Amino acid sequence: MARYDSILDTAGDTPLVGLPNLSPSGDVRLWAKLEDRNPTGSIKDRAALSMLSAAEADGLLKPGATILEPTSGNTGIALALVSRLRGYRLICVMPENTSAERRQLLELYGAKVVPSPAAGGSNQAVAMARKLAAENPDWVMLDQYSNAANAAAHTATTGPELLRDLPTMTHLVAGLGTTGTLMGTGRFLRDNAPGVKIVAAEPRYGELVYGLRNLDEGFVPELYDEKVLHRRISVGTADALRRTRQLVTEEGVFAGPSTGAVLHAALVVAAEAVRTGVPADIVVIVADAGWKYLSTGAYSGSLEEAAEALDGQLWA
Amino acid sequence: MSVEVRIPTILRTHTGGEKIVKGDGDTLSALFADLDTRHNGLSGRVITGEGALHRFVNVYVNDEDVRFTGGLDTALNDGDSVTILPAVAGG
Repeated sequence: MARYDSILDTAGDTPLVGLPNLSPSGDVRLWAKLEDRNPTGSIKDRAALSMLSAAEADGLLKPGATILEPTSGNTGIALALVSRLRGYRLICVMPENTSAERRQLLELYGAKVVPSPAAGGSNQAVAMARKLAAENPDWVMLDQYSNAANAAAHTATTGPELLRDLPTMTHLVAGLGTTGTLMGTGRFLRDNAPGVKIVAAEPRYGELVYGLRNLDEGFVPELYDEKVLHRRISVGTADALRRTRQLVTEEGVFAGPSTGAVLHAALVVAAEAVRTGVPADIVVIVADAGWKYLSTGAYSGSLEEAAEALDGQLWA
Repeated sequence: MSVEVRIPTILRTHTGGEKIVKGDGDTLSALFADLDTRHNGLSGRVITGEGALHRFVNVYVNDEDVRFTGGLDTALNDGDSVTILPAVAGG
């Protein structure tokens, strides 16, 4: 059945597709979960719906309420759609070093964008939003970094979908941002498929993004529990871009740069499985498609040029 | 043996502005002890008095987060690359 009452009902239950050309052998296989097939084109639709529905159920959101959220893009865009359809006002605090498309999409859905300085990265966006929330007590900040409903969305949907579609799965590889995807899906898998290894691919940005004034300004999302993970791999901009391009040229999957980082980590895992002769079914979470990043230069020119263009950008 | 250590902007005050420094050690803790002899105070910014990694600092050996590979006891080999980064928000 492919008929739905509204666009929001199409969230989740995304396709899992094989990556036969990137898989090293018939025994060690890669699979891509296409989260770009969600209403606003990213995995964040799951978290946004879950957080908004939980806030409504808790009586936090009255009709016409103002919602405030720090976001580097996808969560904001997902919240903007739901807010528009359910009659809320949305204000997003977003670092200015994010792609132009993200701002355009947010404004198209009717959100107000408050820019935060590039040099402060997402950390400063979070700090600014928390300050604004304190100054405006009637605004509701869902706070994706600490909101249990963010991770719970994945325990309830992403995890069960994966196990249903690939009962033989051995590894989950996903990007680490709010940590919601990995915490929620990881917990479900640890409880229901204890052999599955939970692997985080963490984007390593250009230096500008780490330009904190002191280490105490560092930030670890409240949702993060390192006990859920088995491994955490850092992937630089050049490797992420190289893999993003490989994914589209070899498999026809057009994904955003964060997926390139995930694929890079998945290929590390796959190479080890081949070396040790252990069969593996490795899931790669494709958090979004490449459309929103075309203006960054990620897909055109040489890899070196593209990596340089993305240096200093929050590309994941 | 020798490993290469990448220093984030915020800690370069300890390395005279150097982005990459060399160090020795069979484990990460031995490496930081060695680095501290030439780059005074660096170790204390990364490791707490209780001998754990500071909460807002991440350390990687060849791109693997050392919190999952044995922490400061993580073994090092000649030619390894160590990266220190502050923890930042994603999403």
